[in-house]
Amino acid sequence: MVELFVILISTVFVNNFVLARFLGICPFLGVSKKVETALGMGMAVIFVMTVASVVTWFIQYLILIPFGIEYLQTIAFILVIASLVQLVEMVIQKTSPVLYQSLGIFLPLITTNCAVLGVAVLNIQKDYTFLQSVVFALGAGLGFTLAMVLFAGLRERLDMSPVPKSFQGTAIALITAGLLSLAFMGFAGLVKG
Amino acid sequence: MFASILTLGGIGLFAAVALGVAAKKFAVEIDPRELAVLDALPGANCGACGMPGCAGYAKAIVDGSMAPNLCTPGGSEAIEKIAQIMGVEAQSAEPQVAVVCCQGDNQKATLKYRYLGLYDCNAAQKIADGPKTCPGGCLGLGSCVRACPFDAIEITAAGLAVINRDKCTGCQKCVAQCPRSVIHMTPRLAETHVLCNSTDKGAQVRKYCQVGCIACQICKKNAPEAYQIENFLARVDYSHAAAAAAVAEKCPTKCIRDFSHGYPDGSSYGVPTPEKLRGEAV
Repeated sequence: MVELFVILISTVFVNNFVLARFLGICPFLGVSKKVETALGMGMAVIFVMTVASVVTWFIQYLILIPFGIEYLQTIAFILVIASLVQLVEMVIQKTSPVLYQSLGIFLPLITTNCAVLGVAVLNIQKDYTFLQSVVFALGAGLGFTLAMVLFAGLRERLDMSPVPKSFQGTAIALITAGLLSLAFMGFAGLVKG
Repeated sequence: MFASILTLGGIGLFAAVALGVAAKKFAVEIDPRELAVLDALPGANCGACGMPGCAGYAKAIVDGSMAPNLCTPGGSEAIEKIAQIMGVEAQSAEPQVAVVCCQGDNQKATLKYRYLGLYDCNAAQKIADGPKTCPGGCLGLGSCVRACPFDAIEITAAGLAVINRDKCTGCQKCVAQCPRSVIHMTPRLAETHVLCNSTDKGAQVRKYCQVGCIACQICKKNAPEAYQIENFLARVDYSHAAAAAAVAEKCPTKCIRDFSHGYPDGSSYGVPTPEKLRGEAV
């Protein structure tokens, strides 16, 4: 139990996927102009990461290892995650239009996002048990959402600030992201491992 | 070798079949009229109709839960198209356009203090009710400029919001953003406006603004049907346009403006000499 908690905290803060591992940078920079959309994206990522890590764990231990074809891990994971997300999108669209409105438009954007694939691959690399990998994926998604929302908040404030001309646009966004990453380095001593 | 091909192919085939079945089973039927209506709408997702986006409004029209004439950006053209699709008679709404009811830029109106904070009207308004001495005047920090989805608002060099009437579609986003409610919706055809938003008494207004309404009642005396004075501020009744225009000349502070000879540069006031916003944060 304690171990699961440590995994959760360390993925949210210490080894934050965006700010410490540099995974999922494209949505981090692309969909972070408004807190609202950042939150929607974050929720979609949490959902997809958790579902994907559940499925890929079974793929790895029930199909790839028994057949001795672990070297096909990447392509098998991409295939499975992409079709799974498509399937989930269809089901949501049919069953819950409200949820689809808030989550649906983000789902196709992250079908084979590097952060999602990263979680699946790291689960296997770290030899996590099933429960551990679910918690790890949940933590990764939460950490991603946290970083997205913080960053979007900063960018909303930046929109109203007098930014020097040569720093405007992507330049100041990258500087802000760097500073945020520096701030997260402060968590480094929190959990060992 | 065969194992890998078979497994990967098997996973792929399974996923393909699952997706194919799901596509049939979970297909969402969309009323073809909904797509046609959505096509007729301008697609700006501005929210003037009351729905969050054009798709939601198209759905509401087809449901019959909303009238088809609520889209201000689309104008009568879109309304007619939608009416045709839905088979009802078009009742076009009178087109409206936003007007900044203030002429007191930084040269004509005084400031209480020098504001150096965030370049945003809503932020400035929270500090001692804004830097402008006038409680209703335009702060000129461009919150409306950022809210406008049609790029129709500019801030003049002297710090006053100016609306380009050709670009304004009447979506009212700026009205919602303005902390001082200085932007008013007026009929597009109206040519005489009271360009002041101060509810202070005349003597006070004189102290801080050269072009404010001092509630001298001259307009009301000359054309009682066209003007009303509420809270020391004149307001035009747009249904008496001719009478209102005839008296505009008599206003001592020139806060009543008659634009029957055309709006200068298509905007609601003056000739805009737009200065780029600090930081171009749009």
